[in-house]
Amino acid sequence: MSEDTEAVTRIETPVYLQYNFTAGRAPARFLERIRQGVLTGQRCPRCANVYIPPRGSCPACGVPTEEEVVLPDKATVQSFTVVAIPIPNNPIKPPFVIANLVLDGANISFIHLMSECENSEVHIGQRVQAVWKPEAEWTYAMDNIRYFKPIDEPDVPVDRIGRLPIGGWEDEQ
Amino acid sequence: MTAMKEIAVVAFSQSDCLARAGAANEVELIMPQLRAVFGQVGLNNAQDVDFVCSGSCDYLQGAAFAFVAGVDALGAVPPIKESHVEMDAAWALYESILKIRMDQAESALIYGFAKASAGELPTVLSQQLDPYYLAPLWVDSVSLAAMQARLLIEKGLATEQAMAGVVARARKHAMVNPHAQVSGEVSIETLLAADTVVSPLRESDCAPVADGAAAMIICTVDKAREWGVPYAVISGIDHRIETHNLGMRDLTDSPSTRQAAAGAGVGRGAVEVAELCAPFSHQEIILTRALGLGDDTVINPSGGVMAGNLMMASGLARIGEVFRRIVSGDISRGVAHATSGPCLQHNLVAVLESA
Repeated sequence: MSEDTEAVTRIETPVYLQYNFTAGRAPARFLERIRQGVLTGQRCPRCANVYIPPRGSCPACGVPTEEEVVLPDKATVQSFTVVAIPIPNNPIKPPFVIANLVLDGANISFIHLMSECENSEVHIGQRVQAVWKPEAEWTYAMDNIRYFKPIDEPDVPVDRIGRLPIGGWEDEQ
Repeated sequence: MTAMKEIAVVAFSQSDCLARAGAANEVELIMPQLRAVFGQVGLNNAQDVDFVCSGSCDYLQGAAFAFVAGVDALGAVPPIKESHVEMDAAWALYESILKIRMDQAESALIYGFAKASAGELPTVLSQQLDPYYLAPLWVDSVSLAAMQARLLIEKGLATEQAMAGVVARARKHAMVNPHAQVSGEVSIETLLAADTVVSPLRESDCAPVADGAAAMIICTVDKAREWGVPYAVISGIDHRIETHNLGMRDLTDSPSTRQAAAGAGVGRGAVEVAELCAPFSHQEIILTRALGLGDDTVINPSGGVMAGNLMMASGLARIGEVFRRIVSGDISRGVAHATSGPCLQHNLVAVLESA
């Protein structure tokens, strides 16, 4: 192949599309409440599982969830990872801990940061509590909670994680 | 063909066609339709069918694997057999029929959904074009349809009056469709008095895009009898696709529709009703000719997608509309059509008959 008919092996065709994302009726209620510093889940009318953030349905039963449940800001570590690699455009410098946390009274985990802890000592079943931003900074976002920090409570056994009552681990014991 | 298992449609439901579904997310749009079809058959949830298949398009939501969220509406614990097509749910129906004919299921739930209002739909649809030559040009779906309409008019196969006639008839039919987004008596003169948006198309020539969902349950005829519910039989279904290269197609014809119609056996009996998925008025003219439909066929008695185009569910809804008319005893045989891609690139034709 001569130089002026060199094979085209690559073209760039950037895609820019704009969307007006809507979270959904149930997630929107969750966001309105977290703006006020309140964590609100929804309970399934069939299996009684509590979901936070709620999606408007119980994925296990396939029925709409309507009943709102206010949950405390104490949680249990279900799983975690220590992030050692910097993520582009992420303001948080590694190493840091990302954990799947289950709030007391909830049956499903969400992902959040952990801090004020020894990364090497983070473990499954560990008890944590939310550290909130100052009220003046609250918006419609989960990062109204800056991170979760360990609290001085006994570990939750693996088979009890995600099954604690709203009153928490002390109520359970 | 006689050896093939007969497929029965036993339930169908669709949402109202809304230009904007407000705060609702996709799961919240799907759930009422699933409740409705489960209710028609007396089932609890997706555990009571053997297979589930959905149709949607992640580009409409603007999120990778967005369709997976739809599964939250099903009740998938313990695990269910579930699949998805990145197409109109009419093709999810096709996959489900294959599943039943392969003896891997006796019943299936099909649903389609979209919240098309989240994005700029004609621009979003430009990304379904071939990625090297057309998608980088951002040719939107309305402009491509306008080009097709122009070719049709220049060839003498349609007029702007005839296109307006399609719209006027659809809107009149839609007056009895409780889910319609646009309906009412309107004169051809009034329609033609409006300016074009992309010549020769007026806004009225373009189906109003809608957010929403539709669901259907199908099964073997034996299962339908066991459930004791009224049903219509899908006596034939076929789909054909044309090249993605628009320059190589005759845009004034729809050979893929003609082939699919032959495969589905449209000509084996009278066609009392035809529900055609024609998102642009001139496309109904192309489809009517390709299907060989005459004056004895009522075209789009629901108003078709001119009454409201439920993205990713409109094709399934066409089949649902024919099903409803057969089960109510209004007709005994009808044809439903679904389309996908630019300018009627890919077409599915189904024939439904009374049991």
